[in-house]
Amino acid sequence: MSSSASASLLDIEPRFFTRAQWASFLVPTLILAVLLPVFNALLPSENLLHPSIFTLNLYGKYATYAVLALGVDLLWGYLGILSLGQALFFSLGGYAFGMHLLLMIGKDGQYKSDLPDYMVFLGYKALPAHWEPFYSFWFAALAVLVVPALLAFVFGWLAFRSRIKGVYLSILTQALTYAAALLFFRNDFGFGGNNGFTDFKRVLGADLNSVETRRGLYIASVLLLAFVFLLYRWLTRAKFGHLMQAIRDGENRVLFSGYATARYKLFVFVLVAAITGIAGALYVPQVGIINPSEMTPEKSIEAVVWVAVGGRGTLLGPILGALFVNALKSWATRAAPELWLYFLGGLFVTVVLFLPGGLISIPGKLRLLWAKSSSKAPAADSLVVGH
Amino acid sequence: MLRLLVRFSFSLALLLAAALVLRAAPESAAQPTARAQLIAALIAAPVQQVAAIRALVGVEDAAITPALTAWRAGELYLVTLADGKRAPAMLAPDPGVEGQRIALSVDTGAPLLDYATGKPLVFALNQLKPLDTTAPLRRAIRDVLEVAGVSDPNPATRRESIERLGQSRKAEHLPLLKARLVIEKVFAVRSALADAIAFIQLADVDPKIRLAAIGSLAEAHSLAAAARFKEQLAAKPAPPADESAAMVSALKKIEGHWQVVNFFGNLFRGLSAGSVLLLIALGLAITFGLMGVINMAHGELMVVGAYATFVVQKGFVSAFGLGSTGFNFYFIAALPVAFVSAAGVGLLLERSIIQFLYKRPLESLLATWGVSLALQQTFRLVFGPANVQINAPSWLQGSAAISDVLFAYNRLFVFGFAGLVVFGVWLVLNRTPLGLLVRAVMQNRQMASCIGVKTTHVNMLTFGFGSGLAGLAGACLSQLGNVGPSMGQLHIIDAFMVVVSGGVGNILGSVAASLGIGTVDQLLQPVLGAVMGKILVLFAIILFLQWRPGGLFPTRNRSLD
Repeated sequence: MSSSASASLLDIEPRFFTRAQWASFLVPTLILAVLLPVFNALLPSENLLHPSIFTLNLYGKYATYAVLALGVDLLWGYLGILSLGQALFFSLGGYAFGMHLLLMIGKDGQYKSDLPDYMVFLGYKALPAHWEPFYSFWFAALAVLVVPALLAFVFGWLAFRSRIKGVYLSILTQALTYAAALLFFRNDFGFGGNNGFTDFKRVLGADLNSVETRRGLYIASVLLLAFVFLLYRWLTRAKFGHLMQAIRDGENRVLFSGYATARYKLFVFVLVAAITGIAGALYVPQVGIINPSEMTPEKSIEAVVWVAVGGRGTLLGPILGALFVNALKSWATRAAPELWLYFLGGLFVTVVLFLPGGLISIPGKLRLLWAKSSSKAPAADSLVVGH
Repeated sequence: MLRLLVRFSFSLALLLAAALVLRAAPESAAQPTARAQLIAALIAAPVQQVAAIRALVGVEDAAITPALTAWRAGELYLVTLADGKRAPAMLAPDPGVEGQRIALSVDTGAPLLDYATGKPLVFALNQLKPLDTTAPLRRAIRDVLEVAGVSDPNPATRRESIERLGQSRKAEHLPLLKARLVIEKVFAVRSALADAIAFIQLADVDPKIRLAAIGSLAEAHSLAAAARFKEQLAAKPAPPADESAAMVSALKKIEGHWQVVNFFGNLFRGLSAGSVLLLIALGLAITFGLMGVINMAHGELMVVGAYATFVVQKGFVSAFGLGSTGFNFYFIAALPVAFVSAAGVGLLLERSIIQFLYKRPLESLLATWGVSLALQQTFRLVFGPANVQINAPSWLQGSAAISDVLFAYNRLFVFGFAGLVVFGVWLVLNRTPLGLLVRAVMQNRQMASCIGVKTTHVNMLTFGFGSGLAGLAGACLSQLGNVGPSMGQLHIIDAFMVVVSGGVGNILGSVAASLGIGTVDQLLQPVLGAVMGKILVLFAIILFLQWRPGGLFPTRNRSLD
């Protein structure tokens, strides 16, 4: 199917990380997870190096987006499954944690009731039974993992078993997301309708509006991103990773070699769904709201775009793409709101047509150009990969 | 030749004259007394007016309804003529020079003439004070109008006022209704008359008449009667046993009838929703099914067609005026315009982007999604973010009824049009040299290219054709729902589901799938509500594809991947 996968991805080095790579991983991680929060806490706000809590909050949001993008990339770039339903898993995690956060408001809501505001508004008399366990943080945390994973398992099991793949799988995942969004938009589905959950007050007893809590959430997001990066790096570098790419490039051959490809695909699909759910759960307290517009197919496609722009089939690319596109969005929606959609649309078209390797491939291309121009050696040609 | 023409036109003129005389004769016979009565009532002193107006109840005269309606609306004036007499008058609806309107006589509807000059009298609106009405007067007017409506020349008005008389349950209207039943010719009005009579007779003193009335209302499947039966059955002094039994069986009969009617109504709505879906999906069945391009901008191509219709309509309004005969043809002109404009945008898209992505279907999804975002924003900038107003031509308004099942003309049209388009597509693909080339290229692009088919041309034309079909769908959709910048997004997922579940690369599959999905959706809606029905259908399709991954009619071949 996706024969476009570049050959360079297959010559995987057996080593997890070289020493230099460890350094280039640890340094930015430490800067983001330790240095920035310390600067935020200790430096006076006039100092140029002082990042405002608003900035940290924004970076924290981007970090959760990057985890979402990494999931899309693991599925699409390494396994050849273009899922247009990743935003659904993201928001399911968000909703599960949002339920806990909503219950933690207690009597501080608009209506001073034990019930969440929207339930009072809709005339609920008592808390529905399936909400009760969400008073417990740990139950909610478990639900964040289990709910997306369960949905991914059921859907994936059905889809991979009957060997639905390629374009068809994309369209089905899109339909699944669409149906789920329609469901969550309904008031009588019981999750707040199109307003969703908002107005959260505290998490684990800490005030959500305090600088300390927000800093903590930021650090947690960055650490999650670092952990997920390592996990996916390990997965793709192991034999498992070879298999994933083999499935991407020729599933039937792998199947005929005696591997139950459906199980491998299902495993990755479910794993990614659970991890994406955690990202969603961290996203919700940082932006303070979760509603069904987060799980529409458009959001899923947007995540795919981050990956495409950053460079799929690499693990650094999606992170870069998520940062770049979202930063561009923050800037463009303020600077030229009317033109933002042209920016975004133009970006896709440009990347797809002229830069299939994404932003991450630019240095390599430049180096290649430079090598070509400096020495006319034909050897450089053998390095050209892909189309 | 010339002589023949002269003779022909002469006899035509004779015929016309005879017809005019015949038409005028009966009216003029009834005129003097009734009209004199009306005029007298209008210019009588306020104390006598109510009685004078009431005297007009049941009097048949064409002048009564317009005059009284105008009076009630405060548009009737008293004009003093040159000889000192006063005459009631209405003002012509369209103002002439400087807002001067011609005064029209209530009697004949002709302009009132100034005695001195012989020219029509003209007034400005603020020059005259409308004739006053009081509450008892308005009631009297209403009674007169109610009864006058029964003999209105327009059958629809007649039917409406007959139904209103029946609902009033007043026995005093019975003679009038019965008399009308003898001379009424229009079938629908006759049945309305029979219903109204029976409805009033439900309260008759004679139990036999009451029973007969229950029976005839049950035959007529009257919903109003069903409500009344329920009310009477629940009332404390219950009706006599035989009447109760008759009412219960009548209720059963009426409700059974309406269940059947609703079922067929839903079925029809389902089929028409399916044919809308089919029109949308047909273009996709070509670009996605045959060519393998995932065109996420397909919905926006449809919107191009809808906006093209809007623009054509605007042109026709400024050329002919809204509601004129010429205006009614705008939709016919809009169809080819919609096709061509959407096909043009599609061609542009194919040349600029898609031609590079035939080997990378998943990436064509991303690029075309980008295009769809840009197109949506363009619609917003050009036509504004709100929905635009599309007026249906008169021949697409209203509906035909067969045994109480309503068939809206616009839905009937879409149904027929979808059938025509499917036939046309089939004809193009299977019976033309171009179709042969298209099928060859779609089956094996390289092989076709090897034997000399210009695949780039064929790709271009096929994509343009599919896009044009999207434009046609948009034009049709503009007659059924709102036209706005994001209307394409509403339908795109459904359309993809149709193509996938029908079997990719198969037009027949898309036909079956869209009609099936539309009908099931529509039949589920009354049970589950609009959104839940849709969700259920989506899940059902996902499950269906587990069972038959290739769709309804999978394309069989021996290749693996």
